[in-house]
Amino acid sequence: MSKPNIQPDLFAKAMLKGGHGGWLGMQYHAHGPGWFELALPWKEELVGMEESGILASGPIISLMDNCTSLSVWTKRDTFVPQVTLDLRIDYTRAATPGSTVIGRGECYKITRSMSFVRGIAYEDDLDDPLAHAAGVFMTIETF
Amino acid sequence: MVDASESIVRHLPPYARGLGIEIERMEGHAPVLAMDFSERVQGRPGYLHGGALSGLLEMAAIAALQEELAQENGKKRIKPVNVTIEFMRGGTVQRTYALGRVTRAGRRIANVQAEAWQDERDRPIATAFLNIALRD
Repeated sequence: MSKPNIQPDLFAKAMLKGGHGGWLGMQYHAHGPGWFELALPWKEELVGMEESGILASGPIISLMDNCTSLSVWTKRDTFVPQVTLDLRIDYTRAATPGSTVIGRGECYKITRSMSFVRGIAYEDDLDDPLAHAAGVFMTIETF
Repeated sequence: MVDASESIVRHLPPYARGLGIEIERMEGHAPVLAMDFSERVQGRPGYLHGGALSGLLEMAAIAALQEELAQENGKKRIKPVNVTIEFMRGGTVQRTYALGRVTRAGRRIANVQAEAWQDERDRPIATAFLNIALRD
């Protein structure tokens, strides 16, 4: 079976027009073989603590879920329907109020049915992440 | 950091209101949170987004801890250290519920779980485990 010619950036842009990612305001940022980056600009509606202006942690989970899931397709070089089996997020520091958060997902290992991913959420400096993620996606028969 | 006296039960943060999260009822000291299906929480067509579901679970866990701390002295501030979410079933186009349970609240760390379900309570669609730091 031949692999479809994939364009993950176009797929991400189409996907992020609506649904949960669209409401969050997630945007395509960059991608390469085995990795994918999405941007999450700060907005009032995503704040977890009103007085601080700090983003809630839920949007960070969604950001890492999406960018790691897209990284699987850049690793497999094809679209495979998949679901999140589990996802762990370590919050290493609070997001800076007003700053855009970049989620960088990396797929480091694939088997026939499982894809192992890791990632970080950062603002300007890859060496100063606000969160680390690790997870597994499972291939399913069909969406 | 969250001041435990600023309880989610009394004041839902903007993110929770945006997702459409509501307090369904109290079970003991912990609230059952509910979230209707809408485009805002949709992932792949016809299914709940894992991140939106995680947001609901985390909110339920924090609310349960806030209410438990309020029973004691209510003065601690809380800060999530990490969260692990396990997805058991795809969430479909219907109302989703979540309830948190404090496994242990010590002096510095609380271990909190949360479970989410839809029409059948004994068939959870996802669970979350959180380590939450406590500060005086």
